[in-house]
Amino acid sequence: MSLTTYFMEATYLIASILFVLALKGMSHPETARRGMFLAEGGMFAAIVGTLIGAHIITWVWIITGLTVGSIIGALMAIWVPMTAMPQRTALSHAFGAFAAALVGIGEFVVKASEMGAVTRGALGFEVMLGALTTTGSLIAAGKLQGVIAGKPIQFRGQNAVNLTLALAMVSSFVFFWIHPEIVVAFYTMLGLAFVFGVLLVIPIGSADMPVVMSLLNSYAGLAAAATGFVLNNNVLIIAGTLDGFSGFILSVLMCKAMNRSITNVLFGGFGAVIAEASSNAGGVMREISLDDAAMQLAFANRVIFVPGYGLATAQAQHAVRELAELLEGRGVTVKYAIHPVAGRMPGHMNVLLAEANVPYASLYEMEQINPEFPSTDVAVVIGANDVVNPDARDNPKSLIAGMPILEVDRAKSVIVLKRGQGRGFSGLENPLFFKPCTNMLYGDAKSTLTHLAQAVQHV
Amino acid sequence: MNPAVLIASVYVFALAAFLGYQVISRVPPLLHTPLMSATNAISGISLIGSLVLAGARGYPLPAHILGFVAVTTATINVVGGFGITDRMLKMFGKRKPEAKPEAKAVQK
Repeated sequence: MSLTTYFMEATYLIASILFVLALKGMSHPETARRGMFLAEGGMFAAIVGTLIGAHIITWVWIITGLTVGSIIGALMAIWVPMTAMPQRTALSHAFGAFAAALVGIGEFVVKASEMGAVTRGALGFEVMLGALTTTGSLIAAGKLQGVIAGKPIQFRGQNAVNLTLALAMVSSFVFFWIHPEIVVAFYTMLGLAFVFGVLLVIPIGSADMPVVMSLLNSYAGLAAAATGFVLNNNVLIIAGTLDGFSGFILSVLMCKAMNRSITNVLFGGFGAVIAEASSNAGGVMREISLDDAAMQLAFANRVIFVPGYGLATAQAQHAVRELAELLEGRGVTVKYAIHPVAGRMPGHMNVLLAEANVPYASLYEMEQINPEFPSTDVAVVIGANDVVNPDARDNPKSLIAGMPILEVDRAKSVIVLKRGQGRGFSGLENPLFFKPCTNMLYGDAKSTLTHLAQAVQHV
Repeated sequence: MNPAVLIASVYVFALAAFLGYQVISRVPPLLHTPLMSATNAISGISLIGSLVLAGARGYPLPAHILGFVAVTTATINVVGGFGITDRMLKMFGKRKPEAKPEAKAVQK
């Protein structure tokens, strides 16, 4: 080994350590940012190390790629609004997985004949996972952006088709593994993986996106780790595994928060079964006037805001903070209750509210805040539905039975901000809306909250 | 790949998985979105594989071109991912709870 190779390996070791330290910093908001600087340093060191130690002979592709990528990346980092964070993240899963797949294809083109069985296996995994994550993430991003309909796209025999396709994909993988000289097998696997990614995500509804996002995150990481096995590169294995496991842990958490298994999310086609659900919901929804609602809020002692995806679509995060500040000025205690699957990706609501300058100390997790609802005067539900549906707790026949919810219905009174009388994304009736303690306030969340704030000022 | 290298790689993988589990299960739900975009940026380390493909000795032109595309997408991930993670984390650190009034003063 030459000196430059040793230098390169040293930068990889440093990068690995810095990555772990960075994730350790993530355990607290105060240390998280410093942690990320370490990771950035690690990444920079690894890139410089590679450029020095990897016997680079052609610079033009590298420099062009780095420049174009940096410009696009920087523009995205600066311009993407916080409300678009889920689709941005889905896109970057696609980019990361695509890069891994391309590296795999490149290695195949150049070195297929000299690869051992283990390397070939890793290569197959890398390309397969990379390809299906690429198209899957693109579909997810399209759904989140609204380019593709958010509703589950389903057809008769879908699971059978998916299963056949998956089998065909795995068979061509095995075939390629045994007969690497037959190039067609490799490309068949690649093509099938691209198609499989699409089919895997189209039947999944928007409300299940937090799970899908986490899973795709995990796949993208594992694809990078497989690249590490192909290239014999430890920093790739470490970083990829960290990413893969982070995604895996998040998927498990998200599934728990919905009381569903991963298989059920992927193959259940939730949200399509609208009419079959039996619900004991019924009666009248009472509407409340803006002034009455403002009065209730202004004279309350404790108010809890419960944001959902509707807050994000209405971009109402600043409006809710302004209302909260007015109330706090009047001596009202204001808290925010965040359900783990509120929004379209893990932690979505926290980021939105942080953007609006809500201090993170007022954001409460479900387990922390649930005991506080009985002593709360007004709970304000903003564009959330399933995560506050008492059917999940009370009705064992409900489709979402057993899903942990924010127990908003235990508050002394509830104000629900909603666009209209329609149902939530899962299509379930929500008995909360019919409870005597509940009042409905229809309209766009942002303008409603702004008007509420004005009305509170005049109380 | 010779067996010794394979075994070493599997060790690295297993230990990284264990370490990842330990570290990541301590991240609060508050930071799950930044966590996802941070791990994503970190896994953009596949950039170093792309760099080799795009310009190293022993790779023909088609590989260089594949490598070029991979370098571009991986760089988007790294730069965009770290950039946006930092933007999010800045928001979380921006305003301290009421106990520290000087932070509020600075903001105005």
